[in-house]
Amino acid sequence: MANIVQFENVGLRYGTGPETLSDVSFTLATGAFYFLTGASGAGKTSLLKLLYLAQRPTRGTIRLFGEDAVTLPRSRLPGFRRRIGVVFQDFRLVPHLSAWDNIALPLRLSGVPEADIEAPVREMLAWVGLSGRARSKPPTLSGGEQQRIAIARAVIGRPEMLVADEPTGNVDPDMAERLLHLFDSLNRLGTTVVVATHDFDLLSRIPNAHMMRIEGGRVLDPTGSLRFPPGRPQS
Amino acid sequence: MSAPAITNDVADRTEDDPATLLGISAGKRLLDDSRRARAMSWVMAVMLFLTVLAGALGLGTMGAARSLDRQLAGRLTVQLVGARDDAVSALADRLRAMPEVGAVRPVPRAELARLLEPWLGDAGLDADLPMPAMIDVDLHDPGDAAFDAVAGRVRAAAPQARVDRNAAWLAPVRSFVVSLAWLAGGLVLLMAGATTAIVLLTARAGLDTHRDTIEVLHMLGSTDIQVARLFQRRIALDTLIGGAVGTVCALATVAVIGTRIADLDSALTSGIGLSAVDWALLAGLPLLFALLAMAAARIAVVRALRQVL
Repeated sequence: MANIVQFENVGLRYGTGPETLSDVSFTLATGAFYFLTGASGAGKTSLLKLLYLAQRPTRGTIRLFGEDAVTLPRSRLPGFRRRIGVVFQDFRLVPHLSAWDNIALPLRLSGVPEADIEAPVREMLAWVGLSGRARSKPPTLSGGEQQRIAIARAVIGRPEMLVADEPTGNVDPDMAERLLHLFDSLNRLGTTVVVATHDFDLLSRIPNAHMMRIEGGRVLDPTGSLRFPPGRPQS
Repeated sequence: MSAPAITNDVADRTEDDPATLLGISAGKRLLDDSRRARAMSWVMAVMLFLTVLAGALGLGTMGAARSLDRQLAGRLTVQLVGARDDAVSALADRLRAMPEVGAVRPVPRAELARLLEPWLGDAGLDADLPMPAMIDVDLHDPGDAAFDAVAGRVRAAAPQARVDRNAAWLAPVRSFVVSLAWLAGGLVLLMAGATTAIVLLTARAGLDTHRDTIEVLHMLGSTDIQVARLFQRRIALDTLIGGAVGTVCALATVAVIGTRIADLDSALTSGIGLSAVDWALLAGLPLLFALLAMAAARIAVVRALRQVL
């Protein structure tokens, strides 16, 4: 199975401060499911930012979709970003757009005709159980509802890789499980999923998932799956 | 739970796609309209009001300069001091016979008296008052050679005659009128520059205001051009609406001033006026400024976005 992400000796430093991430090396297999765990401030969000191209590393090499993401020209970033779905920890919904328009945003940005947008948006809304809130704007939605809209927005473009930062942090256990099943469904369709979480209970819910642990800016590989990526058959 | 049946070709599409985000109605809402300040429209209304006035001044004075040129080109005045009427008539006949001369008109004494009335009062009508006889002459060719030839022959026929080229003594007036036209042109350029500066500042302020939305758009894969189009559209629309208001007010002002100038019934101001083409040019200024604003906004936004990843 080909690798979708490869980090080699990656370091990240904000300004002149100490390195947030140091000597990070790992490989993610295409179509696999990963949990990224670690204490607050360990560097999870920084690592995810490198994954979804919000940040460039200060050293080391990153290969994404088989290409060098460090030297990738700025003009090619949008094309790469459209292949990655991101669920931000703080949702980052556009507050003056309705839930419908927030979910439709990636498709519209990609130039999908309006006629082809309606069906997938309706389906996504149903999938996250918010069909009745299509016209609601984010400030009128609860934290959990906003999170589900953010997840729907992240997956509507059927990304090759989904990166989620604490996606179950604001939802009740039932909804957390539902969302995990949602990610698992997407993963079974071939999307590589990386979920950062504090919640160790979640880890047992996806039997085939691999764990990455980050401590003090260094990625640990407790299962060995990062150095030796697993081969998971796509269904 | 079934997986969503959604398209998977989004990464291959570009902003050049005709149905791209910013070409459709949904794109209009991406920047929060409720936070949209109308100050830009008002500023543009004022800018266009002043620009159209300056433009009208420039076009009007250019028209006056052209009119002066038409009136003065090849026109000269022959002055005979102490000459009898028959001598004046003889000289007029001699002038009519010259091939360079197109028209000859001895100025009647009554007309001269009227011209002198502000200084002499009714005394100008006194037949005993020695007044020079004057003959207006229009040449076919306004060039120096024709003037020199005619002047030479006039002086040969009447040594006491004085030949004045009208263009020479009205040259300072023409120069002043042309200077006004250039000044107006400079003002229009200055306004265009100021408008560009306002647009640049507005675009940068807009980027700051909508930083969060723009960051999300970038993370979802929008290009700089797509973001720039959002600002272009807003700024062009504000410029067009404000500019149209300012232009209508300015054109109404120009029309009123034109009426007042026409009421003056003065030979000097008779050439000041706007042609249909001039009116069309002035009416087209808001569109021109909207295009200028669009270009400035695009450059400002794209340059600013290049500074972020």
